[in-house]
Amino acid sequence: MPVGKSKFEVLKIALKNIKFKVGLGIVIFFALFAIIGPLLVPFDNMGYYPIKVGDRVIPKPTEPALPPGSLSKVFTPNGTVEVKHYLGTDSFGRDVYAQLTYGLRSSLIVGLLAGSIATAIGLLIGFIAGYKGGLVDEILMMITNIMLVIPTMALLIIIAAYLPYRGIGIESVIIGLTAWPWTARAVRAQTLSLKRREFVDLSKLSGQSDLQIIFGEILPNMVSYVFMVFILQFSGAILAAVGLDFLGLGPTKGMSLGIMLQMAVLWNAINLGYWWWAIPPGLVIAILITGLYMINLGLEEVFNPRLRRE
Amino acid sequence: MMNYLKRKIVIYILTFIFAVTIDFIIPRLMPGDPIAVLLSRFATMPQATQYLHGYFIEAFGLNKPLWEQYITFWKAVLHGDLGISIYFYPKPVAQIIKEALPYDLALLVPSIVASWIVGNWLGAYAGKNRKLDSYLMPVFFFLQASPYFWFAILLAYIFSVKLELFPLSGAYSYGIIPSLSWAFIKDYLHHWVLPFLSLFLVQLGGWAIGMRNMIIYELEADYVRYLEALGSSERTVMRHAFKNAMLPQITGLALQLGLIVAGNVTVQVVFSYPGIGYILMQGILNQDYFLIQGCFLVIILTVLAANFIIDIMYALIDPRIKAAYVEG
Repeated sequence: MPVGKSKFEVLKIALKNIKFKVGLGIVIFFALFAIIGPLLVPFDNMGYYPIKVGDRVIPKPTEPALPPGSLSKVFTPNGTVEVKHYLGTDSFGRDVYAQLTYGLRSSLIVGLLAGSIATAIGLLIGFIAGYKGGLVDEILMMITNIMLVIPTMALLIIIAAYLPYRGIGIESVIIGLTAWPWTARAVRAQTLSLKRREFVDLSKLSGQSDLQIIFGEILPNMVSYVFMVFILQFSGAILAAVGLDFLGLGPTKGMSLGIMLQMAVLWNAINLGYWWWAIPPGLVIAILITGLYMINLGLEEVFNPRLRRE
Repeated sequence: MMNYLKRKIVIYILTFIFAVTIDFIIPRLMPGDPIAVLLSRFATMPQATQYLHGYFIEAFGLNKPLWEQYITFWKAVLHGDLGISIYFYPKPVAQIIKEALPYDLALLVPSIVASWIVGNWLGAYAGKNRKLDSYLMPVFFFLQASPYFWFAILLAYIFSVKLELFPLSGAYSYGIIPSLSWAFIKDYLHHWVLPFLSLFLVQLGGWAIGMRNMIIYELEADYVRYLEALGSSERTVMRHAFKNAMLPQITGLALQLGLIVAGNVTVQVVFSYPGIGYILMQGILNQDYFLIQGCFLVIILTVLAANFIIDIMYALIDPRIKAAYVEG
């Protein structure tokens, strides 16, 4: 724990860590890709070319299954338009690059939302259990242990399967509601060690309430730890969402990396050799999550000099 | 150790009760009428629809008060009665699962054991050797970061479509009937390689990273310095460090199980591998609620059983728990 060090100083040490730097670079790159990427091509989130007829927008596919870098012509009422497909098109003539950037956008949103929800619940339960102790602790940890043994994905699958309509919001909530147990356990352990420190006793003597002590004294001392927990929850949520989407239990509308992979498998992209449809979505996820893990390891080395080896 | 086990058993029983309750509650809480959704499949046969509606209302006792339904549900579950599948009508869910389960075990158990052993070994190696570490770490990270099913897609593309070394889908060739003959086993293993590899490689990354971090911690510990000061060989030092780093990896095994099961579901979908994961997918695609419920229960039960075995193993290996047992 970097008690006494300013946040600025921690960041300066972190930026000297090569793993942290590489990881941060990867994550920033993909965040920019998700924000700016869609603006660079004329396609919509499904990879269709939108044609305006009066006030109406009619999505139009181009030629099916073109390899990366192909050009294709779209016939519109105002004449032909030539478009470039950076990553080719799928079996329905939809642009893969557009699906990828929009898909990454929704994956990042789900990761952020679900990761925040899971971290918040885990923190709250961990703090209360660790700080209060006694019966409250026993009951909360019992619930946590039960949730820990149940495979989250199986629970997610049955909840998602029964929902008639699913959007990104609902998906985030159900992932967040099932992913908190390990965080609660870890935070509880940290709280147990922190609550025995002098400054907590001092706050108790000055008559602060439990909540004031938890959020005013204990939480600020755990900021770096909480940040690392959030990164792991963030990447876990992205992976969970991709899995759900792949099984057809993701958002019922729109595009995501998991939906791309589902379509690719469903329409035999692998057998047909359309690698540009099946490989990029997973590759983006794998590299992005690798980046997040590297940030985490880098921070661990910053806060825990024993892991550092120069 | 008895206290430790008693505590664990209580948790397992509560978890099981909780899981069955969730399985009972969710279809009843969700908006819409699952029975109506099921019956829409039979819309072209009005008589069958009427008959089936009556049958399901009767069979699942949906006309009775909720608490009575709950007790009936429990009785059925404890008797191994998971209802009748709609998609595979009139096959009972329990029988479908019984036929699929061996395929899951044949895929999961070897992949877990092999990845755990190889991963720990490689991780310890990386933790010891700094130069190797800088090359191996990114690889481990990449493996762990890959979704299981995407790795399956990648392997399928390389080894099945490009190199044509292994078959792309199924657990055996169409022409073969499952039996314990040599021809079938050979054919089965040929189909088994790619799904196994995708589960094995992704898990391997996680174990290696965990072990590598633990070994680095251990090599900095006081007892290692003491051993070194005594002039012990590197082998002896590593043996001690490895032994100490193993314990958290065993706990990790229990925690990982749930994730591995999820990975198994998606990998089976990629390879059309006829295990519980694939069956579950069929259930979802066809809104076969009883099949989904049955699969959930069986997944939970197997994870609980595996966790319990690991807990007992842990109790036998951890010197602290063992000591408490010897002292009474």
